[in-house]
Amino acid sequence: MFKHESIETNSAMLIVLTMVAISIGGLVEIVPLHYLNGTVEDVKDPATGLDVIHPYSPLEQRGRDIYIREGCYTCHSQMIRPFRDEDLRYGHYSLAAESKYDHPFQWGSKRTGPDLARVGGKYSNEWQVAHLTAPRSVVPESIMPNYPWLKETKLDYSDVQDRMIALKRVGVPYSQTKVEYDANVKRFGEETAKTLDINTAENTLLAQAQAGNYDGNASGVSEMDALVAYLQVLGTMVDFSKFDEDHFIQFR
Amino acid sequence: MANPVKDPLTGAETTGHVWDETLQEFNNPLPRWWLWTFYGTIIFAIVYWVMYPSWPVGNTFLKGVGNNITYKTDAGEEKSTHWNMRALLAHDMQNGAEAVKQKEYLGKVGAASYEQIAQDPDMSAFVRSYGVGMFGDNCAACHQSGAQGVVGQYPNLVDDDWLWGGDTKTIETTIRNGRLGYMPGFSNVLDDAQVTQVANYVLSLAGEPADKAAAAEGQKIFEGEGAGCYYCHTKEGKGMHAQGSANLTDKVWTIANVAGAETPEAKLAAVKAVVQKGVQRQMPAWAARLDDTEVKVLVAYLKQMSAGATAQ
Repeated sequence: MFKHESIETNSAMLIVLTMVAISIGGLVEIVPLHYLNGTVEDVKDPATGLDVIHPYSPLEQRGRDIYIREGCYTCHSQMIRPFRDEDLRYGHYSLAAESKYDHPFQWGSKRTGPDLARVGGKYSNEWQVAHLTAPRSVVPESIMPNYPWLKETKLDYSDVQDRMIALKRVGVPYSQTKVEYDANVKRFGEETAKTLDINTAENTLLAQAQAGNYDGNASGVSEMDALVAYLQVLGTMVDFSKFDEDHFIQFR
Repeated sequence: MANPVKDPLTGAETTGHVWDETLQEFNNPLPRWWLWTFYGTIIFAIVYWVMYPSWPVGNTFLKGVGNNITYKTDAGEEKSTHWNMRALLAHDMQNGAEAVKQKEYLGKVGAASYEQIAQDPDMSAFVRSYGVGMFGDNCAACHQSGAQGVVGQYPNLVDDDWLWGGDTKTIETTIRNGRLGYMPGFSNVLDDAQVTQVANYVLSLAGEPADKAAAAEGQKIFEGEGAGCYYCHTKEGKGMHAQGSANLTDKVWTIANVAGAETPEAKLAAVKAVVQKGVQRQMPAWAARLDDTEVKVLVAYLKQMSAGATAQ
């Protein structure tokens, strides 16, 4: 007869069986999400039929890298939960589709600072720069650290193509070939598809930094340019006025 | 176990483990209350599975029964669906006790004129409590919690001095569409001496101490075509709401920190810096975030905050 004692007295077996028991608990919750219909919502522009949620442009993607490098996620989440108070404060709850190109996603459940899922367009570029450089110059109550080096550090974009290729390998639809590019044109529209082309990534990045001049300094591209470009696009891809709330409820 | 070891004193079964000669591990059954609580959780789980979305089945999942949520679509159609957070939120926003109360007030404020809001203590109180939250979340990051602004960066909203116009309609437009405040820098047009003259004139307009001779020269530049300061600030220096150009005669300084400068030299330097560098600032548009009624509450809230200010 099987004896519990034989597990308790065999540490290797105890470890293995404990891990199996815990894994089952996790797997039954996680695995179905990968094949259930509607886990990730279908968000297409009602007028054009194009996907409204698209991968980040090269500049925004580099800004995201800096966001992660500086550990912004340790204090800021990017996930508005479907509660009334969060809706009133931050705006529409986050859709799963809105972070489908995030690797890794920036959800989080700990907010020392406010949620940033819809911070895009909320403040001016000048404010973002002043705030990142010295938060207390604009928000006296803030406990956020200063990030003065962002403005002074030139953005290293020499490896932007490699970074996009790496993301492509995990499923982000950046394009390398003509076929992939054409597919992106069909899916996102030509204007967006151009920003997703790995071959022209450096030029795309420079053009966006030039046109946006996010850091208020027209000479060169700083890490501040990239980070502010990223912050300004957060949560702005879906125009919720074009959708009936019911559309998103139906996915659950 | 075939021959359970018993503790001779109590007669209880032990595991046979002994430490330090006499310390034994008893093999007592689980307490009854614990065992029944455990069975209770199993029953709870089964009820939960039946009522709430639970087991995956193929590409879909068991939706749960007897726990439907009704909500209205934007089109006004009433719908009933299985329990889920999104429907629950829609229901809560439409029917929750707090939400309904809040909506009732928002409706009242939305239909009332600003005078009516100001005169009605009930609506005023609502504007105060709803406005402080909205202002704190959306406006205070720039204009500060007290709406006093930051000199040089973000305008003071409670001094009743308005760059783009202070009537309620205009403030509504400002909030909805945002503003781009722009003044070119004149470092390429005017040399340092000329900038000093213009700055002296600007200080004299506001009755600040200024060099009279320099100010006279500055006036010529101000009203001349080369720099053309008067295009936006007008010949009287009173500014234009349509351009968002500052009134230079009213002693309210939003960019150059003249009021905060202690010496005449520092005041002059502050004005000179603005003339040379120009101004470029942006207020974002809020139309996508705030609906018409919320904008109205904000304006009414601002009017409450600035009540009594008499800068103009």
